[in-house]
Amino acid sequence: MQVYLDNNATTMTDPLVVEAMMPYFSELYGNPNSLHKFGTSSHPAISTAIDQVYKALNASDADDIVFTSCATESNNWVLKSIYLDHIVNGEKNHIITTEVEHPSILATCRWLEEECDVKVTYLPVNEQGVVEAHTVKSFVTDKTALVTIMWASNETGAIFPIAEIGEVCKEKGVLFHSDAVQAVGKIPVDLQATHIDFISFSAHKFHGPKGVGGLFIRNSQALSPFFHGGEHMGGRRSGTLNVPFIVGIGKAMELATTDMDAKMTSISKKRDRLEDAILKLSDTFVVGDRVNRTPNTILISIRGVEGESMLWDLNNEQIGASTGSACASEDLEANTVMLAIGADNELAHTGIRLSLSRFTTDAEIDYTISHFEKAVKRLRTISSSYAVQQPTKGGEVQECELH
Amino acid sequence: MAKADILGDSLWDAYSNKVTTLMNNPRHQGELFEKEVQERGNELIVADFGAESCGDAVRLYWEIDPKNDKIINSKFKSFGCGTAIASSDVMTELCIDKTVQEAVKITNIDVELALRDDPETPAVPPQKMHCSVMAYDVIKKAAGMYLGVESESFETEIIVCECARVSLGTLQEVIKLNDLTTIEQITDYTKAGGFCKSCIRPGGHEAMDYYLVDILADTRKEMDEEKLRAAADAGASGDFENMTLVQQIKAVDAIVDENVRQFLVMDGGDMEVIDIKTTDENIDIYIRYLGACDGCASSSTGTLYAIESTLKEKLSTKIRVLPI
Repeated sequence: MQVYLDNNATTMTDPLVVEAMMPYFSELYGNPNSLHKFGTSSHPAISTAIDQVYKALNASDADDIVFTSCATESNNWVLKSIYLDHIVNGEKNHIITTEVEHPSILATCRWLEEECDVKVTYLPVNEQGVVEAHTVKSFVTDKTALVTIMWASNETGAIFPIAEIGEVCKEKGVLFHSDAVQAVGKIPVDLQATHIDFISFSAHKFHGPKGVGGLFIRNSQALSPFFHGGEHMGGRRSGTLNVPFIVGIGKAMELATTDMDAKMTSISKKRDRLEDAILKLSDTFVVGDRVNRTPNTILISIRGVEGESMLWDLNNEQIGASTGSACASEDLEANTVMLAIGADNELAHTGIRLSLSRFTTDAEIDYTISHFEKAVKRLRTISSSYAVQQPTKGGEVQECELH
Repeated sequence: MAKADILGDSLWDAYSNKVTTLMNNPRHQGELFEKEVQERGNELIVADFGAESCGDAVRLYWEIDPKNDKIINSKFKSFGCGTAIASSDVMTELCIDKTVQEAVKITNIDVELALRDDPETPAVPPQKMHCSVMAYDVIKKAAGMYLGVESESFETEIIVCECARVSLGTLQEVIKLNDLTTIEQITDYTKAGGFCKSCIRPGGHEAMDYYLVDILADTRKEMDEEKLRAAADAGASGDFENMTLVQQIKAVDAIVDENVRQFLVMDGGDMEVIDIKTTDENIDIYIRYLGACDGCASSSTGTLYAIESTLKEKLSTKIRVLPI
């Protein structure tokens, strides 16, 4: 058996989505901007996709949802165009975000700070891994151009109080963007019930194809384009429409949000069973409560078991999971999200993220539980953290002297 | 970036089979206990290096025969990734049957070589080289404890790049000898900075005592100062051709003051040195006549010849004097 538990990184494209996309490669391949029938023949499918996306997010007809290549593009677009429209050509100079955003937000913010002299506030998260609305409120000034805060965390699954933060932004009259990549398709996102100006999302996080995402723009408000060219999508984003992938994101969105409650319950039931079983192992803890978490995500710390070695053992048993920590990346820092939550350094190197999908089966959960226990047992046998014989005098470690 | 970097390496695929095998089945994982070792009349040394909070920790156990300082058995425990566990295992194996004095000569380079499948192919990708460094550090610590000396005392030179074991002295020498100006050149010449990259500049995965950027800047500064000192010495010894421009102008002025100016002033004129340009063949001294000399017929013939031959005689035969 092989088990894929890294669905926060990417998901399997639902075969039904692939099926919906297939006609738009070699049969109906015209450019939708052409006048002839080859071009116009794809219009009904694009219209359907637009309807599917608007409906799934409960967007109003007055709003714009622009298809992009991915959420990284959407995030870059919002940040750089807000900079242009409200900082270069306006009176503002400040952006508020969090310490735990995706690199496409954090790296862009750092670039704006270093290259463009924008002031950026990186808000810390509380022990549940979220930023509270009153914290946002206390940092908004009359110079603030944008608040950008993720809807849900890719690492912990923690769901941020977006509705409350939206109210703060409305009261303060400041623009509000959310990187909703980990929320769209996983939990209800109701854009008419939430005061929010922009959201970014990506199809491959909810069983759509890689290479297509979107940016929601409330009430068709002004935002300078990121791509200049042939004035596609109402002039908002130039570039020939990626017809099969737009069809794919629409279909994936529809499939993910139909009977969403039932889907969420089914996933969280499996997730909770897996979580309960792992928590039975000694010296383990999970970040964040279950209610305020995306139903598919577990971030668990296992004392004495270094994250990458745990991934290695799971991989040997055909289980794919992930870690944001330690040796896996080039800068071997501890998991920054876990540090932000207030976990001590020791635990920050032992985090393992398991993220399920609606395709995860009960048999896969059983298989994972048994092999997870086996891996923890083996690695703790090797681990210096569980050694019995203590160092001889002078052999102790006084401080971190890492290599 | 180039074609090979577009996808990038898969970290685990770059491990040697030995690393994979030892990670899956470490042979020397385990513990040695005080009581049992003492019963056999031997001495137990247990040393830790690193900590869970740093993401990597190793505990090394040595059972030493006190009669001949021989390590007769060794075990390890490790909190770390696959390469850390495999490195610890090989390190332990390399220690067995060596005396403490011999074991302390084992370096991370030896550990990494022992993990290779074939001698030409690295056992781990560059960013994992640092895992074997911890093996080296813990050996030094254990040896220091047994011999009752500081573990630093085993290091006869300052190691800047621990992955490639390149010393401060080597780096300074290579920069000077080859006139290196960039970090990339240093890496090409010495391999320093080519692995975990921590030693290049502050902000890598661990803090270092020395960074390549500082060593390069300091050495370049030293080289410049050396050049100036050499020039100053040249000035003192009258080696005109190797003087700095300022020294050359001063030297020319001194000669002019001593031998030429008095005659010009007598005729109601003077001269000044405008510039000196050095080529392979000539040292051209540009001068300007002042007062009565300006426009004097002799200024481009007899007087000029007198100035030039005086400077040639006193300073350098390569000198040409050019009035402007």
